Amino acid sequence: MVDITQEKVENVGPAEVPEMELYHAHSWWTKYVFCQDAKVIAIQYGGTAVAIGMVGLILSWVMRLQLGFPETFSFISPEAYLQFVTMHGMIMVIYLLTALFLGGFGNYLIPLMVGARDMVFPYVNMLSYWIYLLAVLILVASFFVPGGPSGAGWTLYPPQAILSGTPGSGAGIVLMLISLAFFIVGFTMGGLNYVVTILQARTRGMTLMRMPLTIWGIFTATVLALLAFPALFVSAIMMTLDSVLGTSFFMPAIVEFGEQLAYGGGSPVLFQHLFWFFGHPEVYIVALPAFGVVSDLLSVHARRHIFGYRMMVWAIVGIGALSFVVWAHHMYVSGMNPYFGFFFATTTLIIAVPTALKVYNWTLTLWRGDIHLTLPMLFSIAFIITFVNGGITGLFLGNVVVDVPLSDTMFVVAHFHMVMGVAPILVVFGAIYHWFPLMSGRMLNNAMGQFHFWVTFLGAYLIYFPMHYLGFVGVPRRYWEIGETSFITTPIESLNAFITVAALIVGFAQLVFIYNIIVSVFKGEPAERNPWKATSLEWQTETVPPGHGNFGEEAPVVYRWAYSFSVPGAVDDYIPQNVHPDDVKKIAAAEGD
Amino acid sequence: MTEANVTHGAGPGDRPDGLQGVVADFASDQRAFKNVHWGKAMMWIFLLSDTFIFSTFLVSYMTVRMSTVVEWPIPSDVFALHMFGADIPLILIAIMTFILITSSGTMALAVNFGYRQNRKVTTLLLIITALLGASFVGMQVFEWSKLIHEGVRPWGNPFGAPQFGATFFMITGFHGLHVSVGVLFLFIVARKVWRGDYDVGRRGFFTSRKGTYDIVESMGLYWHFVDLVWVFIFAFFYLW
Ligand code: HEM
Ligand SMILES: [Cu+2]
Repeated sequence: MVDITQEKVENVGPAEVPEMELYHAHSWWTKYVFCQDAKVIAIQYGGTAVAIGMVGLILSWVMRLQLGFPETFSFISPEAYLQFVTMHGMIMVIYLLTALFLGGFGNYLIPLMVGARDMVFPYVNMLSYWIYLLAVLILVASFFVPGGPSGAGWTLYPPQAILSGTPGSGAGIVLMLISLAFFIVGFTMGGLNYVVTILQARTRGMTLMRMPLTIWGIFTATVLALLAFPALFVSAIMMTLDSVLGTSFFMPAIVEFGEQLAYGGGSPVLFQHLFWFFGHPEVYIVALPAFGVVSDLLSVHARRHIFGYRMMVWAIVGIGALSFVVWAHHMYVSGMNPYFGFFFATTTLIIAVPTALKVYNWTLTLWRGDIHLTLPMLFSIAFIITFVNGGITGLFLGNVVVDVPLSDTMFVVAHFHMVMGVAPILVVFGAIYHWFPLMSGRMLNNAMGQFHFWVTFLGAYLIYFPMHYLGFVGVPRRYWEIGETSFITTPIESLNAFITVAALIVGFAQLVFIYNIIVSVFKGEPAERNPWKATSLEWQTETVPPGHGNFGEEAPVVYRWAYSFSVPGAVDDYIPQNVHPDDVKKIAAAEGD
Repeated sequence: MTEANVTHGAGPGDRPDGLQGVVADFASDQRAFKNVHWGKAMMWIFLLSDTFIFSTFLVSYMTVRMSTVVEWPIPSDVFALHMFGADIPLILIAIMTFILITSSGTMALAVNFGYRQNRKVTTLLLIITALLGASFVGMQVFEWSKLIHEGVRPWGNPFGAPQFGATFFMITGFHGLHVSVGVLFLFIVARKVWRGDYDVGRRGFFTSRKGTYDIVESMGLYWHFVDLVWVFIFAFFYLW
């Protein structure tokens, strides 16, 4: 059944609110630097996130070199390795992916896609970016303080995080915590904007159920972030106090190097609960925008409406809600009550239901579609494949008995890279190839793009697929070197070397990608308007790239959902959201009905 | 603006009944919450987020209070004031709570007069609220310095579990910070109301959009929230 119910709703309610008032910059500074236009803020966010992401990428090379060729690189000490692991993980999850999806794509796409002229509080939005930048700078600063950055692992578990045996237990961990606190403050300022803009500042006719799924994904992820980050914020404060003032929130009575410390009576497990109360929703903060974006990419590039739009919306919202009650599946080995494990395993497996539903709907969207194998489409298909892969290993890890032996092995590393590392990054790439023409008015080079895609996708598989096996054999994670053991045999060593080579090649492909972006911004082939023939509002602006205020004299009026592709009877295979039903060109034979 | 509204879900004619009507309303055109201005929507969502912050603080407090192996100090002794030749338990805190609740009342009145665009009375009530808030913070400073004098520190105290001082200073400090920020903004808003910024629609700070009395209402939400949080802190710290 072709879902054209949305088509029939031809009318639009009367305007309820006057037009949004725009802020106009008055000086060079407020126009280009402290800019309040969400599109500029988006690019600032995106640029900063990619820059710090490059640091995370380089750290991954160094780690891989050490794992693949132990005893070769004298500059990678065991301490340095732990510091690289920690910084790599934290940078990738928070400072790259969260910032890029919400601060970058959120800022760019929300006002454009819901038909607003800007965010509702542009000034606060601008501050949000600068505080984020400050957080990034503090994080980078921790590389240069005595003792270096924290080596506690991205989970920062106390007591070890602040004990002197861990590298960076002095200034490093404190800077990390402060940086996180700033990140959260900055994010909150932006996040409030995203939510209120989506809820209260849509254009005429843009009902919630006509919003593109990208917006639904970003919206739900932002809500999750606003509710999950508080736990991290508070634990950052408490751990800073533990470290600086000697309080004992998380610190039990403890002996360090034969010496009784002044700490006592705190609860390390409390930290784990707080961290994962944030940490699990964080996975979905990264994944939900990816879900949303990929739905739109698939639909546009397969010229077919998204299958089961309403189901998709409810799945996003449902996953978001469930993600708050599964956190302790990260703590099966923490010694908590076994009944807890039972509860959290159950909820974890329940989340698989809406998630699987989404995967079916994506596949069914492709079914009988007019699939164009453009770069965004390739990346979207690659996303489905990697995500399913990571999702299936997730089902294993969600069960207590299976997780306990696999916990803290390379299997876990392979799992979460598949599901929250590679999969969302693939969507980021697809989204950049998709929206770059809008943001810059130029196309990205296709040949370089193809190279980037195939190397990244196949390479990522070569890296992470064998890694599952390493985990089964028992290779632990966060280990600088394993040395001589009975289970480490030559094949495992050569497998490790192989993975490293693959990782370096994949890393190189990312440099090609960045080069492609830089060259295309200046010299790329000029893009035609709406090159992908998309229906959503961001492509219907007066100028490309959209100017200040996004739309022309009049804000668009929305008559239908964003998925009117290949509508029977229409001449074009797409009908933009803002084309009046009377203006839709009908095939002559269909005249009269 | 000219098209008639016939079949769209937002039209009053065809709104479904009951729960479906609620959903249809929520999902309808342009705004999910009708007649809620942006500042108010933002404040509600911010407060929801802030609720999670304070809940995390209080849950952590309860957890460490249970995890510590040292006796917890007895609040009615620690928080007693020596007045009129006797130790009166919780007297200071009773006064502080009373003041804060009173300030909520004056704030509510300010919002009410703000709705009516009564410039003078709104200003006056905002200033009274701010002064009550400031005196709350002043008493908190007094309480802190008294405890510090008696040797209570974040890392230890003479009365019992070291977590007592740690949680006390952290949570009341965080709440006090909220009150202080509130006082500051109350003064700023009061000045703007007094100057008539909101009557002439002068461009405001933060958004550079034209000002309305709406901000008094958002301010009120914040203030009531801070008071509500205090009630919980009061119950958990002083009465448990
Ligand atoms: C080319 C891409 C990448 C490579 C080669 C890579 C490699 C690695 C390696 C070698 C480790 C340390 C394993 C160990 O010794 O425990 C690691 C950890 C980690 N990575 Fe990646 N990574 C990549 C991309 C990403 C991305 C995109 C994310 C975003 C989610 C990510 C998130 C993490 C996290 C959270 C950890 C755990 C850190 C910890 O144990 O504290 N990585 N990665
Ligand atoms: Cu999880």
